[in-house]
Amino acid sequence: MLKILKYSFYDLMRSRWSYVYLAFYLMLGIVLLFLNNDLSKAVITLMNVIIVLVPLIGTIFGVMYYYNSKEFTELLLAQPLKRSSIFMGQYLGVALSLSMSLVLGLGIPFIFYGIFKSNAIWDFSLLLITGTFLTFIFTALAFNIALSNENRIKGFGYAILLWLFLAVIYDGLFLMSLLVFEDYPLDQFSLFASMLNPIDLSRTLILLKLDISALLGYTGAVFKQFFGTNFGLIISFLALSLWVILPVFRIVRKSKKKDF
Amino acid sequence: MVSIQNLHKQFNKNVVLSGIDLNISEGGIFAVLGPNGSGKTTLIKSILGMVIPNKGEILVLGKTIKNNSTYRNKIDYLPQIANFPSNLKVKELIKMIKDLRGNTTEDERLITLFKLEPFLNKKLGNLSGGTKQKVNLVLTFMFNSPLIILDEPTTGLDPISLIRLKDLIQTEKAKGKTILITSHIMSFVEEVSDEIVFILEGKIYFKGSIDALKTKTNQPDFEHAIASILTDNHA
Repeated sequence: MLKILKYSFYDLMRSRWSYVYLAFYLMLGIVLLFLNNDLSKAVITLMNVIIVLVPLIGTIFGVMYYYNSKEFTELLLAQPLKRSSIFMGQYLGVALSLSMSLVLGLGIPFIFYGIFKSNAIWDFSLLLITGTFLTFIFTALAFNIALSNENRIKGFGYAILLWLFLAVIYDGLFLMSLLVFEDYPLDQFSLFASMLNPIDLSRTLILLKLDISALLGYTGAVFKQFFGTNFGLIISFLALSLWVILPVFRIVRKSKKKDF
Repeated sequence: MVSIQNLHKQFNKNVVLSGIDLNISEGGIFAVLGPNGSGKTTLIKSILGMVIPNKGEILVLGKTIKNNSTYRNKIDYLPQIANFPSNLKVKELIKMIKDLRGNTTEDERLITLFKLEPFLNKKLGNLSGGTKQKVNLVLTFMFNSPLIILDEPTTGLDPISLIRLKDLIQTEKAKGKTILITSHIMSFVEEVSDEIVFILEGKIYFKGSIDALKTKTNQPDFEHAIASILTDNHA
């Protein structure tokens, strides 16, 4: 598996898109830090960008990589290699190179800004950790979609729909349900509902860490009570891990039964 | 060498293989023939484990291939369409496959044989179909495996390379290897193969020597013998 990982990683490192992605985060980091001069505001803005953009890039890259490396995959399948190691190697290659672009692209400007001396370092680390989680989650989901769809147009379509649903539509439905059922106690429900969507979960995690939960009113207080504690933090990370593990598990299972 | 029992495969509703029983003994050249869409490539891909059969069992060198990947160490496979990652150089691809399968020095001899030196630093996406096929051949023949599977090996080759390919096949056969070939070029099949396996509508229609086929169909030459099977069954 490590050999496949190595080749997929190299392959992506040589492609222009990894650099474009890295350059984008570098620019974003520099602009936000040096024009804004306020670290926690910069972290909030970054969060808003990351929460939407990282899943989108993960999904698109994952689907694109799978379809583009079809020939490479077929070549590998005739070699004495396990299917699970071929697909896991490719998945980890994509997810790791994307995470690296993210961490390096944002990390470098922040290091120059002096993040190590500031007390925002934990907020910032949390941002990078959730960003990495989101990359792994959405690349895995993208691989799932691509494995199940022979037709690339369909694959791309479903991938975009998935992103749209989790990043935009889910929130809309969530808010609507809050309005419709406003006469009922909803804190448990909203807590549960935000656990079910990795994007919402990441957002809540960061927002509460940033201590602006007072803005969220009563539900915010409930959230703070839950996510603010170590228990909540552990549960949230468990939920995020589950969001990685389940799709990865399905990649392995699906790839074993597929015809090439 | 390869033993196949009651192999069934269908893609959605399209039944491709329906009960193939085949035994391929060790040593010699076997040609798998059949009209377009008769399931030749599916059969070969099932042996390689790329296609998962619905039913039936395949044994390679006496061991079942189910949930097994190491047996492919004993197989050299030439895919039908040479599809390679296009942003890789020829040299890098050869190096990569060597890295994945173990080292060999055969590749240099084969590169000289097919005159591929000028292309080593070119990207695979920029090569012509015939050159790609030569690279494909180098990748296949550079490992010394007892079973060689060639899916349409002649596609796109010029006459000189074709002669070299035939020589290559004969030398491998002389080493006692088993070679499985599919091809639509009947003269090529007649020239190289010891035995033919004819697949029709997902079943083995005929297995035996070319002479046996000629007597069975009552035709003087091989090409007409094959044609007569096809006309008789499609008339």
